[in-house]
This record gives sequence, C-alpha cells and structure tokens, in this order.
Amino acid sequence: MSRPIPRPSPTEQPFYDACARGELALQYCKPCNRFLFYPRTHCDHCHNPTLEWRQVSGEGTIASYTVVRRSVSEAFTAPYVIALIDLAEGPRIMSQIVDTEPEVLAVGQSVLVAFEEWSDDIKLPVFKLRGVLGK
Amino acid sequence: MAKSGLNSTCALIGMAESDVGIVPDKTPRELCVQVTLDAVRDAGLTLQEVDGLITCNAFAEPIMYHAEAVAEYLGWQPRHCVTVNTGGGTTFMAIKMAAAAIAAGMAHTIVVAMADSLRSFMTREQAMVVQSSSGHPHYEQPYGPTVPAYYALIARAHMDRFGTTEEHFAHAAVSCRAWANQHPKAQMRDLISIEDVMGSRPIADPLKVLDCSLVSDGGAAVVITRGDRASNAAQKPIYLLGYGEGHAYEHISQAQDLTTSAAVTSGRAAYADSGLTPNDMDLLQLYDCFTPALLIQIEDLGFCAKGEGGDWLASGISLPGGTKPLNTHGGMLSYCHPGNPGAMFGLTEAMLQLRGQAGERQLAGMNTALCHAQGGIMSSHATLILGNARPS
Ligand SMILES: [Zn+2]
Repeated sequence: MSRPIPRPSPTEQPFYDACARGELALQYCKPCNRFLFYPRTHCDHCHNPTLEWRQVSGEGTIASYTVVRRSVSEAFTAPYVIALIDLAEGPRIMSQIVDTEPEVLAVGQSVLVAFEEWSDDIKLPVFKLRGVLGK
Repeated sequence: MAKSGLNSTCALIGMAESDVGIVPDKTPRELCVQVTLDAVRDAGLTLQEVDGLITCNAFAEPIMYHAEAVAEYLGWQPRHCVTVNTGGGTTFMAIKMAAAAIAAGMAHTIVVAMADSLRSFMTREQAMVVQSSSGHPHYEQPYGPTVPAYYALIARAHMDRFGTTEEHFAHAAVSCRAWANQHPKAQMRDLISIEDVMGSRPIADPLKVLDCSLVSDGGAAVVITRGDRASNAAQKPIYLLGYGEGHAYEHISQAQDLTTSAAVTSGRAAYADSGLTPNDMDLLQLYDCFTPALLIQIEDLGFCAKGEGGDWLASGISLPGGTKPLNTHGGMLSYCHPGNPGAMFGLTEAMLQLRGQAGERQLAGMNTALCHAQGGIMSSHATLILGNARPS
C-alpha cells in the first residue's frame, strides 16, 4: 500500500510543476489582490476566471497541528505531524511538519516549506520549523 | 431572520430503534427495513397509510437507489421516495426534506429510516472508502490525516485560543458515559473518570480513544406527518417547532474559523424559527462524534459564552441530576455510532423523553428539546427544535 498520490488536473498542474522545481506557487487574483489555495478555475471570492500563478515565499505559521498516533494506513508510520499552515501570502494549506520532535510544536510557530517525493512524478510541499533549519 | 417555513407544519408520530452496538445477525438493509416497519407500527399506522420514504445509504452495504431498494424489499410503492447523503448531518437534513415535502403536498406521512453496520459488515475496502470519503484527495489525503486528526486540529486551535484543556474535553466523554450507564441498550455502559479518558490510548493528540465516538451497528426510523393529522395519532405527537442549518465549507483546511462553526448559523435560524432561546431547552441532544465537537456545539448553540464550553462541561451541568441534560442515551460516544444514522438516536431519545416514555431514565419536565447534527468536519450543520405541545 502506498500513500495517496494526487493525479493533477490541467488546472492544478502548475502547482505540481512548481513543486517539482522546488518552488511553492499559488494562484493570484488581480482584481481581488489576493492569493488562493487550492487551485481553482475561478477565484473563490470574485469568480474571476483569469488567475495568475505566482511563486510565493514558502513561509508560514502553524494555525493548528496534531501528532497522529494511529496512522491512517500502513503507508504511513505513526507518529507523524499533520498541520494547518497559514502561508505568509494568506491562504491556509494542510501539510506535514517533518524533522521535528512533536513536543516542541506550538500554534503560531514559524515554518518554511520543503519538498518531498511522494512518487516518481509527484513532489509535495511539507514544512519544517524555522528554528531547526539546517539541522 | 427568515423562517424555515417548516415549523408547525408537521409532527413526529412514530419512532423505532433496532438493537444497537454489535448486531451481526442483520445486514444494514435488513435493519433499515425492520426499523421502517417498527416506526410505522409505533405510529399506529400501516405501511399503506404512509406515502413517503426517505433513507440514507449504508457504507457497509451501498445501494445505488437505496430508498427505492428498501421500499421494494417491503413490496411498497411510496409516492415520495428519496435517498439523502450529507454525512453526519444526513439525519436532520432528511427530517427537513420530509417536512418540506409534506409542506409542499408531495406526501402527508413520511418514514425517515436509516441503518448501517460499521462494526459487523464492513470489509477492509469499504473501511478505506469511509476513511477517504472525507479529506481532499489532492490537498489533504496525501499527508495521511485521519478523521480523528481533523478534529484534533480543531481541538488544538480551541485550546490555543481559549485555554481549553484536554480535561475539559474529557468531561464530555465522562458525561455521556454517565448517561449511558443508565441505558440498558448502550454499547458502552461502564462508568469512566476524567483519569480514564486522559490515560486512554492516544489517537491524534490531543484526542485519546475515549474522546472518539464508537464504531457500531444499528438503525433507527421516525414517522413524520402533517400537523392536522398528528392530533389523531396513536402516540403523543412531537412537533417540529424550529429548524435551521448552516454550511461553512467541506474540507477542514478551507475553514475560515477553526473554533467557531456553522452551528452558530444553524442554531440561530432554529431559535428564530421557533421563537425559543437556549434557556428554553429542557434537553440537548448534540453531535458527539468527538469530544471537541460537542464542546464547540455547546458554545455555538448559545448554551454558554464562546470559549467557555470547557467550564460548562466541567461544572457538571450536563450530568444526570444537572439542569441541562445532554445526550441522555449516552450519545455517539457511549450509546452507538453506526455512521450516517448516528444522530438518529439523539432524535429518538428526545422523542422518548418528550413523550414521557424513557422508562427508568425518564426526566421530569421534558417539554422542549434541541437536536443537532453535523456532517463533514464541523462543516455542515442542522438543528431541530422539538416540543410536545402543539405550537399556537
Ligand atoms: Zn478574485
């Protein structure tokens, strides 16, 4: 059993292409001056169908987190950390926080994106605590 | 606030529950058929006097046209026949659809029936379907979240924002178990302490196994009829005084606010519909899939100020003998939780208490009840306000 692998639609493909390059990219709505996530055909605020892809900082803060003690399947080895990250550009994203001791985590901590291979074709964003970068 | 248009138009006149907990001798379809017949019998009717059926699908025995299949099993051709699916909110969304169909003249008497067997009839593949039925396939599921983990994210945010503690959540589990202890049918009846909850197996921090609802088999059904037909019913009619719903998002990662839910919208609409307030409620039947969900509903439905749900629970107000009896059957934490039908047992218990038929656990002064259900991850909410006196 393997971890679930996204099968990107054409609309979503630029997000995964950026991940493959080691970049985090989000859609940006010019009329709203606002980034959005997840990828959509229309802005979820004004429904403008012309969205730009822009590379973003990859910086964020922990909105919430949990240490999963009982894994969802054999593809995942507990414990692992699921978190909601508020990206510096606005949108919230679910991810894992990796390379950390669960005991040191707290809401509000700063994190930075990193990329991990989920399959041969797909890399996904994960996050690391900023205090422990370069570990 | 707009009225639902459903209050005072109909009443609940029949109810039934199957055996609950571990029920290996009947399939979900058979349980659904059984509770349909039993609820109609409880209402003093025959199937020929009922012209509508609303069901929800079963994870352990999915059927493409579920309601039609249940009707067919019974050799019955109801005028109104439909399957509803809004997760844990299905139960009360189905009640709304029944009330709306009656108000629109599409039927005069409808059975809402549902059953599932998550405990005894789920295959491994079906369990995976249940697991993957929540969570965004591209932006959540690849990271391996579990359903408890989604609620743990809500719990942690509430702790951080309001100073809520794990002990506060534990009080919800202890309260439900104290009520289940009085119910002979409850799946889990042994009394538990805060220490028991705190020391139980970690699932997704801060949630332990005793913060999580049960995995059960079981089914329940209710019969709803037009208000003018209710006065001749065999049982004391239970009137729908108010209805409200609220829909905030589908995926937890898209929630605008992790700690306040659309139960606020749902509750306000139901109170406005009924002209009643939280103080008027004699009985609360809330959706306790996980202890933090229960705590947040207590706040969002106006039973205490925002952020004070933990203190409200810790005060003992919801326990047997307290002034705000909550989940008097034991809830999904201790009575049973067969999936989508889970909240039906809050409704059937409310009906028994409002009828005065709850036996040894019958409480005095039960005239109004608030029943709440939610689907998704605190995503979509439905609130029923019920009373045993015909609204003027
Ligand atoms: Zn826009």
